[in-house]
Amino acid sequence: MAQIRIQNVRKEFGAFTAVRSSTFTIEDGEFFTLLGPSGCGKTTTLRMMAGLELPTSGEIFIDGEEVGMKPASQRDIAFVFQMFALYPHMNVRKNISYPLVSQGMKREEVAARVAEVARILKIAHILDKPVGGLSGGDRQRVALGRAIVRRPKAFFMDEPLGALDAEFREHMAEELRALHDRMGATTVYVTHDQLEAMQMGDKIVVMNHGVVEQFGRPQPIYDWPATKFVAQFIGSPSMNFLDFDGMIDIGGDSVDLGGVKMKVPAAREGRAGRLTLGVRPEHVKFRDDAAYRGRVSAVEYLGTTQIVTLSTGHGDLKARISSSYKVREEEMVGLDFDARTLSLFDADNGNALVSEANEGVLGHG
Amino acid sequence: MSSYSVTEPSLRQKWFAGSLVVLYALITILPLAWIIATSFKSPSDAIAYPPKTFFTPTVEGYVNVFTTRTRLSEEQLQALGEPTTWYDTLVRKDGLVISGPSRFAERFTNSVIIGFGSTVLCIVLGTAAAYAFSRFRVPLKDDLLFFILSTRMMPPIAVAIPIFLMFRSLGLSDTHAGMILLYTAVNLSLSVWLLKGFIDEIPVEYEEAALIDGYTRFQAFYKVVLPQAATGIASTAIFCLIFAWNEYAFAVLLTSGNAQTAPPFIPTIIGVSGQDWPAVAAGATLFLVPVMVFTILLRKHLLRGLTFGAVRK
Repeated sequence: MAQIRIQNVRKEFGAFTAVRSSTFTIEDGEFFTLLGPSGCGKTTTLRMMAGLELPTSGEIFIDGEEVGMKPASQRDIAFVFQMFALYPHMNVRKNISYPLVSQGMKREEVAARVAEVARILKIAHILDKPVGGLSGGDRQRVALGRAIVRRPKAFFMDEPLGALDAEFREHMAEELRALHDRMGATTVYVTHDQLEAMQMGDKIVVMNHGVVEQFGRPQPIYDWPATKFVAQFIGSPSMNFLDFDGMIDIGGDSVDLGGVKMKVPAAREGRAGRLTLGVRPEHVKFRDDAAYRGRVSAVEYLGTTQIVTLSTGHGDLKARISSSYKVREEEMVGLDFDARTLSLFDADNGNALVSEANEGVLGHG
Repeated sequence: MSSYSVTEPSLRQKWFAGSLVVLYALITILPLAWIIATSFKSPSDAIAYPPKTFFTPTVEGYVNVFTTRTRLSEEQLQALGEPTTWYDTLVRKDGLVISGPSRFAERFTNSVIIGFGSTVLCIVLGTAAAYAFSRFRVPLKDDLLFFILSTRMMPPIAVAIPIFLMFRSLGLSDTHAGMILLYTAVNLSLSVWLLKGFIDEIPVEYEEAALIDGYTRFQAFYKVVLPQAATGIASTAIFCLIFAWNEYAFAVLLTSGNAQTAPPFIPTIIGVSGQDWPAVAAGATLFLVPVMVFTILLRKHLLRGLTFGAVRK
């Protein structure tokens, strides 16, 4: 079990920079998710931690030891691949015991460890089967078994649920999280699925184009995204962006949105020019006497809630409201935003402006 | 009510396909069957016209291919007394005695040494090169692969004279090492290309998993890649062996006394004591055996899809 520290790590493949100067720390025992769209550098970052790629520059510490240039075999970590990568020429038992055999462990001890792992993962009945005929879920369990049998310092998982069917994925995600809580091992989990990341992770790193956009616990990231990218990537439907030309001074607590005065959290930095007001769909309220108005263009019924798409003077906006509220298409409604939850972004560089609400979350400012 | 299926062939189609296969099998097997039958005929049966399908089998051909024989007069035969072995008895009725072993066994051994030697060398070098081409960033990789293949673009015999001269000045003429080297050089390009295809098919995650499980790169290659490449290695080995085993032109040109293989030797049987077709057929039949055994031994690997279902693609 170990703390993992990534310091100014950079990776180039020829002229292409996959990861630019990433820095973050994974605390001992944390379930840590690396989240981002495909090609954002999250898998490369994970592979550098595991020793399957060598960083172009920067340092990687596992348990206080700098391992950046060490081969994978000397890092004492376990890796779960998306495609499972079970050795096809061996049965389940051999697959699980393989990492122990490589350490030259005694046969009785190997048998005991495999039995223990099989019990934890409930796969004792398939130990002597070849891996070829197993179902996706069982293969996933065997791959996990091969990882946990060694009791490594950390687990690295590269979209381990990506190859599973949707319904089974949820079940496996719960199993995985329960397993982590039970073993308390530092786990780094790569995914492009923001729901999975929020559901499972103690902490999340959101990456885009090789850059760490934000790093922290799921809820602060969801509530106070550091950039427009994060705001858009996390949450479904994603945060609404209302672009406008305007200004806000330090200490100011409202902006002028097309002639309507909109209350926002008190600003800690001022800005004038192209700004973006960010509002989560669930923070949009319908109020007949509100000054800001929109026309209903579509309604999606989702059971307990409904997603209402509105056209406003600043583009489309989605609201998540209770299904009991009746809305008709083409209807004009008054929109009220919960002032305490709003974010302001600099529209040019996409960074969030620091306010009294998000200053505890955002590192900069 | 009869149902119509698009994928399931009708009985007539099955019959037609089946008879085509049988016909093809007959066409290929017939000459082989004839050679094997001839090897068990007596010399007179072998040249009988119309050809004999039914005959009294004899192993005379096999005795003749392994021996040299001398014709003696009645008196000399009388003086020799009763034949002591079954093969002596067999040749005695034609008025012959066995004067010594022929060089067939020796030539056959040469074929085994050279054929299997070059196959092993081809597989070892080919697997190493194919693995490197498949997994590592080799500068000018595509050009190198094309260059390797280009050695197959002319018939190897086109360079026979330069090779003959080179071998002579290097002292490789008529040596086992020289022939192994030559067959390896000719086969290696095929072996690299075939094996690269097979190794490309093996997901790199297996090796990465092994690296993380605490193995070195060589151990990962040896314990994870090789077992999965077994199918490819087996079929490549069969191709290499068949080429080296059957090669005739280089063998005629570059070997004579010491390292001559069976293919150039078998036709010379004809000249020794008239047209002894059963002996030639016996030599050819025996010559088939090692390749057949090798192929049957490796058949398991050829047919078994080892990696089936272990990786979800």
